[in-house]
Amino acid sequence: MTAGFAPSTLSLRREAQVRPVEAAAPDRLRHAGTSVRVDGIIKRYGGPGPAALEGVSLAIEPGELLALLGPSGSGKTTLLRVIAGLEIPDGGRVFFGSQDTTDIAVQRRGVGFVFQHYALFRHLTVFENIAYGLRSRPRAHRPKEDEIRRRVERLLELVQLPDLAKRYPGQLSGGQRQRVALARALAVEPSVLLLDEPFGALDAQVRKDLRRWLREIHRETGQTTIFVTHDQDEALELADRIAILNKGRIEQVGAPHEVQDHPASRFVMSFVGETARLAAEVAGGEVRVAGRPVIAAEPGWPQGPVDLCLRPWDLTVGQGPGTLPGTVREWRRTGRGTVAEILLDGAEAPVEVKVTDVYEPGDRVALAVGAARVFPRG
Amino acid sequence: MSNAAALPAGRAAPRFRRPSALPGFRLTFGITLTYLTLLVLLPLAVLLLRAASVGPAGLWALVTDARNLAALKTSFGLSLAAAAIDAVFGLLVAWVLTRYRFPGRRIIDALVDLPFALPTAVAGIALASLYAPNGWLGEPLMALGIKVAYTPLGILVALVFVGLPFCVRTVQPLVAEIDRSSEEAAAILGASRFRALVTVILPPLIPAMLTGFALAFARAVGEYGSVIFVAGNLPYVSEIAPLLIVIKLEEFNYAGATAIAAVMLLMSFTALLAINLVQDFSRRRFGHV
Repeated sequence: MTAGFAPSTLSLRREAQVRPVEAAAPDRLRHAGTSVRVDGIIKRYGGPGPAALEGVSLAIEPGELLALLGPSGSGKTTLLRVIAGLEIPDGGRVFFGSQDTTDIAVQRRGVGFVFQHYALFRHLTVFENIAYGLRSRPRAHRPKEDEIRRRVERLLELVQLPDLAKRYPGQLSGGQRQRVALARALAVEPSVLLLDEPFGALDAQVRKDLRRWLREIHRETGQTTIFVTHDQDEALELADRIAILNKGRIEQVGAPHEVQDHPASRFVMSFVGETARLAAEVAGGEVRVAGRPVIAAEPGWPQGPVDLCLRPWDLTVGQGPGTLPGTVREWRRTGRGTVAEILLDGAEAPVEVKVTDVYEPGDRVALAVGAARVFPRG
Repeated sequence: MSNAAALPAGRAAPRFRRPSALPGFRLTFGITLTYLTLLVLLPLAVLLLRAASVGPAGLWALVTDARNLAALKTSFGLSLAAAAIDAVFGLLVAWVLTRYRFPGRRIIDALVDLPFALPTAVAGIALASLYAPNGWLGEPLMALGIKVAYTPLGILVALVFVGLPFCVRTVQPLVAEIDRSSEEAAAILGASRFRALVTVILPPLIPAMLTGFALAFARAVGEYGSVIFVAGNLPYVSEIAPLLIVIKLEEFNYAGATAIAAVMLLMSFTALLAINLVQDFSRRRFGHV
């Protein structure tokens, strides 16, 4: 089908959305996911300053689990809401598969959405919350009461809350509410599942459990899933691919190891992991800090003034030429050994480096550099 | 009485008052009781006492008197109708005032309270001249065959007017609190706007709407000033019970006046109690926060 848009497409779309559900074998949860593509999305909120989204293009494979990662105000939630149909973009198109869904009303898009604060219906039981989407179908496509019951019970099992059907959301813990919200979104068998900061409001332990669990659910259902997070660990651990947003633009899209090992920009470098940054200069095939050579420059690195970015785990206490001097700020034991917080000379913030010796605050150390990246000064 | 002596006794007694780490029950309960007794219960008791002076037979004769009965019917029937109308349109006004930003919003917001502030007689005169057969609205309505002033319809208009602020102000804070994302959730799940309204937006508002309904109803039952100017006050047709009381007073028939008042009181109390019970139920049903 082409992107050409006529009123008839609406009804076509509606059937296409409903039919697979009707035809689905009753106990099947697995989907062939739909691909999602956004093309040049522009979204402005009133007022001065930059747009929330400044022409974002991104393609998500069928069945992929993609993270939209970025600091607050980077536009990641706006992008998610544009895909869902909750925001109308000022420019650009949204495609599900080959279907242009930009102008399709949110009710008919067939997406599942999990809100940051769950947005459960507080006056309805868990059961009715999950059944809501099925009961909202046009009469002709609405499942029978016993079919609804069976589906809700199956979803409650999937989210591991089989005994809570009669409770109200107010009687559940945060983690349980999150699971109910997910079950509610999955009940309509959406072609695309969207999650807005799904674990943002939960404490650390619950977060960790739910992350693993979401991964399992995704494996089980195979839905194309996009989730928004500002937590790089969450994105790295969970996603097949990560799109990193900054100021309404995509800085990089790639698998976790790609964005971590080959960051496309200084922003990505410092956002996906702890980074020490030093002013440096590339000249004569080497990188110099304060005039002293540190490591050899790789081919293709920019010449002239640069930012030298270092991962803490690439730094070791050492001696001799090529080491960087610094001052120990703090030394402590952790569950995984001893670490020193070291402020490199010329750096703005200290980094935590694994050490074997005991240090006092104020001790001078030299750090050998195992690997580094440079980005043009800016 | 010292606290040390009182506490063990309190524990042994049926749990009228649970021991609490936060003090304040004795003081607040005492003041409440005194205050309510002096300001509400005592005057009402005197009223009942005076009403009782006509005797059971006299009371029964008064209540079953056709003219009195008609007036009571008019008062309570129209008050319920007015409160129901206010509950619906009060919600609409509250919704528009909270949800949308438009020029003059603050002015309209302030206008809502005017029926509170206006001396009711002023409202009555204004309504009467507006809806009179030669008034701005009365004339075109007359052409359509609808007579408002000097009919029960006129009474209804006046009661709707005085009751509206109650229904707006009780619902407004709850409308402001509605979680936008639960509306969005309903839409994403495929619910039409109408279904979202009925199943997601309205249920949490019902307890507040009932509060507004009860207040508007109570106000309407007791309303006098605005009604008598627009009602026409035809016995058996557009005569309200408060007016009947005033008429009896003017005839120096104090016993008769207080008897009708006592009946009104009893009916109002029953109605309000019933509304409260419904409200309690709706809170339990919809109020899971």
